[in-house]
Amino acid sequence: MLRQMLCAIALVGLGSTSAQAQFRSDTLKIGVLNDRSGIYADLSGEGSVVAAQMAVEDAGGKVAGRPIQLLSADHQNKADVGANIARQWIDRDGVSMIIDVPNSGVALAVQEITREKQIIFIASGPGSSRLIGDACSPTGFLWTYNTYAMGVGTGGAMVDRGGSSWFFITADYAFGQSMQQDTSQIVVQKGGKILGSIKHPLNTADFSSFLLQAQSSGAKVIALANAGADTTNAIKQAAEFGITHGDQQLAGLLVFDTDIDALGLATAQGLILTTGFYWDFDDQTRTWSARFEKRHGAEPTMVQAGVYSAIRHYLKAVEATGTDDGPKVAAKMRELPLDDFFARHARIEANGAVSHDMYLAQVKAPGESKGRWDYLKILSTIPGTVAFQKPENSGCKLVAP
Amino acid sequence: MMSLLGISSQALFGQLLLGLINGSFYALLSLGLAVIFGMLNVINFAHGAQYMMGAFVAYLLLQFAGIGYWPALVLVPVIIGGFGIVLERTMLCRLYRLDPLYGLLLTFGIAMIIEGLFRYGYGVSGRPYPIPAALQGGYNLGFMFLPVYRAWVVVASLLLCLSTWFAIERTRLGAMLRAATENPVLVQAFGINVPLLVTATYGFGVALAGVAGLLAAPILQVNPLMGSNLIIIVFAVVVIGGMGSILGSILTGFGLGILEGLTKVFYPPASNVVIFVVMVGVLLVKPAGLFGREK
Repeated sequence: MLRQMLCAIALVGLGSTSAQAQFRSDTLKIGVLNDRSGIYADLSGEGSVVAAQMAVEDAGGKVAGRPIQLLSADHQNKADVGANIARQWIDRDGVSMIIDVPNSGVALAVQEITREKQIIFIASGPGSSRLIGDACSPTGFLWTYNTYAMGVGTGGAMVDRGGSSWFFITADYAFGQSMQQDTSQIVVQKGGKILGSIKHPLNTADFSSFLLQAQSSGAKVIALANAGADTTNAIKQAAEFGITHGDQQLAGLLVFDTDIDALGLATAQGLILTTGFYWDFDDQTRTWSARFEKRHGAEPTMVQAGVYSAIRHYLKAVEATGTDDGPKVAAKMRELPLDDFFARHARIEANGAVSHDMYLAQVKAPGESKGRWDYLKILSTIPGTVAFQKPENSGCKLVAP
Repeated sequence: MMSLLGISSQALFGQLLLGLINGSFYALLSLGLAVIFGMLNVINFAHGAQYMMGAFVAYLLLQFAGIGYWPALVLVPVIIGGFGIVLERTMLCRLYRLDPLYGLLLTFGIAMIIEGLFRYGYGVSGRPYPIPAALQGGYNLGFMFLPVYRAWVVVASLLLCLSTWFAIERTRLGAMLRAATENPVLVQAFGINVPLLVTATYGFGVALAGVAGLLAAPILQVNPLMGSNLIIIVFAVVVIGGMGSILGSILTGFGLGILEGLTKVFYPPASNVVIFVVMVGVLLVKPAGLFGREK
């Protein structure tokens, strides 16, 4: 009798440990970590949470028989705050996957934690190619864009259009540095020259001083290696100082639809940019974006569309493996085919880069636009194989060069 | 061409002028703070939010009522000043007998609420506000292209600063104000309505912030965060100039704008800390500020 009871207890114990080994908690928890109140809140923020909710609902709210629970938090663009939240989510709340994390500085911190804890981390908001380069992780993915792909797109196009000499105005943190480095590489490869650069603190209101230095450098292209409000202020003030009326051109290396909306077409028109997604690209993107717009009140940025696409793919991998174990799910994600309204001709590389079609676009003139959010003309599609760096050249240790 | 440490004199002149332009904003904002602190002993942390509101009121007037820049130049300070007066009458006036810290906490809380509301309504990317037609274009000064609008900002700011200084230091009304600050009971005994003076002063200080917001609207994005980015710097300016010193806040405002401009040439990454470095230095050597009086 006693022996039977002991056996039963042991079996129950075994049962629960094996269940624990498959899933970190009773529900599958996904944490959306991004900027909810600062300069990147419009391009990711609440909109990314809405996209995540849509992805969970479209998956039926359940995966492998478990309900899916979404958590979200504000990292305030501070690496230490972001890292603390990520640790709490993983250690205390049993979160299985962290997504979004705009601001490359914060994303690099989260990448370290998720690598150590073997948790899936899908970056949609940040762009630093270090996330798939020297700081790559077996369980880390960079879903939406990266600084190298943006450099290939905008940098390549500007050189082709006669922009042979460049001056960079660069945000002084991880993203800006990667952006400048990757774009310079492309420009030099194409025969262009780099005349100089200036680093400015994140969240700068007045760019006139930097613009004036860029102007006097005589460079044909003044490249803005920054994002969000920094980019919009710089573009607005460049117009004020008459820079864009002369023979110098501006290149916004990372410009989101929300930035154009904030600037107005009168100021932003003619700007060449690269994007990983445009809501008005074809019927597939329009259908999804209409659903998103209804809930969020604005058209989706590429970051928000990327969050949806990534969660759907992740959930498919969890369903297929029947576990939320990071390395197993990551392997499955690389194995499953990926092709949706967002990620066209996509491939998940060994270094975590999601290579997919990128688009070279130009901002419309006010007369060409039919209304709010009708902002871009797609000039050409850049195939993922061209836009994304070969994993073996990325500097990621997971890939033998 | 002459050059200094590898920077051409041409670039240097340009940066000095830009520093002066930024200094105009620092001066205008720190002046409002100094007036309020000097007369009311209140550290008005809502100043940044009130500056942001000035820009937003201008944007909303244009967007929904078609009221342009020039009428806004009158309407914005009236509306923002009126908001300040309501704030002072309903909340701030209850705190005068307490430590200034309470006023700071109250205004800080109000600033957070105002910013939160605007962020909720308008997002963080900001809204565009055009430069008025009469002030578009620019002058080619040889060493730099000076947009007409920026020149206007310097002139407007100087005019406002000097007339404020004159009103407070050289007129009868200003003398009553200063007397009321020194000894409110005695001044009241002479039949002067001190609470009214105090309310008007707060309203005026806040209106100055509103004007600064309007002046900034065509240069910066009209953005809910524009005030919180600036307010800390402006407080540093006030501390360096001497809390409550009118002339001090004007001079240090312009001076530090120029210093910051120079930093942007010689070592740009330090441009957002240079003012605080100066602040620490000044506090160590002269705790009351460059123009402040030790009490």
